[in-house]
This record gives sequence, C-alpha cells and structure tokens, in this order.
Amino acid sequence: MTPIAIEARELTRKFGDFTAVNAISFQVAQGEVFGFLGANGAGKTTAIRMLTGLLQPTAGSATVAGHDVVHEPEQVRRRIGYMSQRFSLYDDLTVRENITFYGGIYGLSTRDIVERMDALLARIGLEHARNELVGRIPLGWKQQLAFSVALLHEPAVLFLDEPTSGVDPITRRRFWEMMYETAAGGTAMLVTTHYLEEAEYCDRLSIMVEGAIAAMGTPSEVRRAFGADTLDDVFLRLTRPGAVA
Amino acid sequence: MTARHAGPAVEVRNLSKRFGNAQALDDVSCEIAAGELFGFIGPDGAGKTTLLRTLVTLLVPDRGHARVLGLDVVDDLWALRKTVGYMPGRFSLYPDLSALENLRFFASVFGTTVEKGRATIDPIWRQLEPFADRRAAALSGGMKQKLALSCALVHAPPILILDEPTTGVDAVSRREFWDLLTRLRSEGLTIVVSTPYMDEANRCDRVAFMQRGRLLLTDTPAAIVARYPRPLFAVRSPDRLALLRVLRDFPFAASAWPFGESVHYTDERTDVTPEDITRSLLAHATAAGLSGVSAEPITAGIEDAFMWHLARAEAA
Repeated sequence: MTPIAIEARELTRKFGDFTAVNAISFQVAQGEVFGFLGANGAGKTTAIRMLTGLLQPTAGSATVAGHDVVHEPEQVRRRIGYMSQRFSLYDDLTVRENITFYGGIYGLSTRDIVERMDALLARIGLEHARNELVGRIPLGWKQQLAFSVALLHEPAVLFLDEPTSGVDPITRRRFWEMMYETAAGGTAMLVTTHYLEEAEYCDRLSIMVEGAIAAMGTPSEVRRAFGADTLDDVFLRLTRPGAVA
Repeated sequence: MTARHAGPAVEVRNLSKRFGNAQALDDVSCEIAAGELFGFIGPDGAGKTTLLRTLVTLLVPDRGHARVLGLDVVDDLWALRKTVGYMPGRFSLYPDLSALENLRFFASVFGTTVEKGRATIDPIWRQLEPFADRRAAALSGGMKQKLALSCALVHAPPILILDEPTTGVDAVSRREFWDLLTRLRSEGLTIVVSTPYMDEANRCDRVAFMQRGRLLLTDTPAAIVARYPRPLFAVRSPDRLALLRVLRDFPFAASAWPFGESVHYTDERTDVTPEDITRSLLAHATAAGLSGVSAEPITAGIEDAFMWHLARAEAA
C-alpha cells in the first residue's frame, strides 16, 4: 500500500455564516498527481491555505507529509513546496539570486544550495542564464524554473496553483511531462487548473462545488459516474444544475 | 452613427511594433469581414494585446498600418475612438462607482444615454440590474465582466474588441460568456477577441494563431483541422511516461504529446495506411517491453493543429 501524502478528514472552514469549505475528506498517495478542480469561489483556495498550514480549520483535520496541519504547521511547511506560475519568483532578482533566496528560506546550507543550483540549472538547460533577471527570461523557462525552485528542498508534497496558465500548448505539455517524472520519484502533487482537458492528465481528481467535494476519482471514473463524454460536461452539470449540456 | 463602409471591418497590413528588445508584432497582416467573430489565439507574450491596443488607437505601430471600419488607426484616431467598443484585459471600471453609475459614465463619454443604449445591452444588463446600486468593486468576477461588457456596448458600436475576456475565469463561466458573444454576433456585431485558451477557437468563425509577434496561420477552425498534414493516432498505455519515450523512439515519429489519458502520435509517413502504421507501432511498443498498448486513428483537433504549426515555427 502506497503511503499517504495528504489526508483531509471532514476539513471545514467557516467565515462568519459562510461555509467556504464544508467537511471535505480525501487522500493523495505519494507519487500521485491529484487534480483539485472547482469553479471560482468554490473553496479551493481556502482548502489549500488550510492544507499548507496558513489558515486554521474551523473543524476537521488534515495531515500533510505526515504532520498535522493544526498542531505542526511549521513541520508541514518545511515538507511542502508551492508553485504558482504567476507569483512564485522575483522578477527583479537574477536566476541565481532567486534560487539562493528560496534555498535560504527552506533552511538549506550554502553548500547544498550551490550543489543543487548547478544540478537544477543543468537539468532545465538554463546554465547560461544564471545571471539574467528572471523578468527577462521567456515564460516557458520561467515556469520550469519556478517548478524546480519549489522542489529545491525536496518536499514530499508539491502544491501547484494553475501552473500552466497562459503558456502555449507545447510548453504546457513539456511541463506536464516534468510533473510526471517528478511524481515517478515519489513526490505527491495537488494541482489546480482551469483547463478541464488538462485535468485528464491527473491520476485522480476532485471537483468542488460550494465548499464540498461533489465528484472524485480517476478522470474516467468521474466521467463514467456522470455518463459524460468529457470532464467539461461533468463540470457544467455540477456547477450549473439548471443548464442543459 | 458612422455610415456603414463597404470594405472589411478590420484591415491589418504589415504591422510591426517593438518594445526595447522585444518584437511584440512582427509584420502582421490580416483581414476581418464585417459580421465575423474573429479570434486571436496564443500564449502570453505572443503579441495579442499589442495588436488589439493598436486596433483601438491606444498604441502607434512602428511600421505598417491598420484600418478599422475604414478608419486609419493613426490618422483617424478621434473618429475611430468614438466608434469602437473595447473591453480591455484588466478590469478598468471605477471601483467606487456603482454598476449603474459606471454605465451612465461610459454612456455620457460616448455622447449617449443608458436609455438609448438599452436595447443593445439588454440581454447582459438584465442579469446585472439587481446589482445596479452595488459598487463595482463589490461585484463578483462574473458580474464585473458583464458590467465591463455593458459599458463597452452602451454606445451600440458596430464592432466590439475584447482583450482576453475569459482569462482566469472558470470553465463554465467561460462557456456562458461565449454564448453571450455568439448571441451578439448573430445580431450583426463584428467581434474581435483574443484568448490563450485553445478550446475557445471552435466558438469563432475564423481564428489566427499567434506566437512571438507573428500570425502562424489564419482560417476557419474546420479548415485548420481538416488540413492536418499527417496521420494522427490516440495511443494508450498504463505507463504514460514510458509510452512517450517509446513513441518518440519510433523511426517514423513526427511527434508524440500527452493528451489527457492518451498520447497523440503523429506519423511522418503519408503513403502508408493507418492499419499498417498501427500494426508497426504496436510491434515497436511490444519490442520495447511495453504491454497493454492500444492505438486508433483519430481526426486532429484545433490544439493538435496549433502544436504542429508551433513545432514547425520553432524548428525554422
């Protein structure tokens, strides 16, 4: 049995009278790519903030990388990585400075940072650009760099928030291949996306509607459960029950 | 109201624009007919925004020229500004004014009134009306988008230009927004829209693929997929990573890319039957130690076509 990287049990968050996340339960195994889908405002961001130890749940609990998000948020944060294509790197710092900065934040020694930086830059073919400002390198590279930097401290779980928005379809696929390779090494990934066709790349996925998980399984299980040809149709039925697909 | 002119609604000739070291537009030419719903599709940084801003007179091109409704974007700037409807990519209304106050403001800027524009915006404004007195800043994302569209249409323009109206919007809201655009188009409005989402191409009459300041190709979605130049297959295996490697090792592989749960494989050969390709492909996979592999010929989608042209442009 594969060890569990993320486990949420009846995880709940209320803001006043509003229940943003309503008793969600799910598990993500090590090495699994888990799609975390839902319309804008469905509660995804609130759930991710709880899973990353940034927001206290109102009820329920969650374990991430073996640590409780309420009682051990520091340990959780040390064992996870976070990447969002738009916000994770500093445009005004060079490639090298960004890597050094994040390595320092995650408590790596200078020696580790230097070693891992060389390996990282060689892997993504960016050695020549180490002194370039991140704001000046092409988007596709920037995205690979952000991904690699989020993995610098070898986290057990990686959170990816719309990692591929705005890139061309070839760059997007190269990115997913990089994700598969990383997952094959045992890292668990929880990824949000607005491209439903892209959600088909996930090993398993969940769809949140008004704070609750309304569908969960492998992409084909979810499609079958709703008798739908595409995840797009499932999504439409769940989020607009009145609409005719 | 401007008199209806006879030529194309938009005419772009050899347009170029540079910002520092970045060639945002590189010799772009195209024509958009009156009544068309035309999409510029491409990733961030492809030049979509620069092109649309040039069309609405907010940027002056370095070279080339462009006409919208017969008016030159540089020489006829003031006449053109009164005529086009434009919805910028970033929310650009006044957050401290109510929805209705924003609408009144835009109507007055264009020398009209909300009452006169009512017929044009009715299908959109009706959904917003319950929130007419709410401050724009306090509207939901979808409502803000509808308010921006109402403000862009209140002067009943003959052409509407929208810069990435659906970026960051969830799949269902995107679909509803396109339903709205389709409806406006059926009422005779010319619509020019940009988007990074490939799946929206099929909602357009014609599309142009943009990459690095250039138009890679321009045509109807149906013609673009019909012209996919090589045999295409959906190949499946429980081990996707291994499958990709094995397919790319096949001597006749033109490309292999993950597509959801399958891999789309394009064969280099055009003189071999799909059955023969399938057979040789499966034999190759088996020889490489992969089991449980299946392959079936499929027709290309818009994304397959874009990737084919993108890969060729990158190799060139």
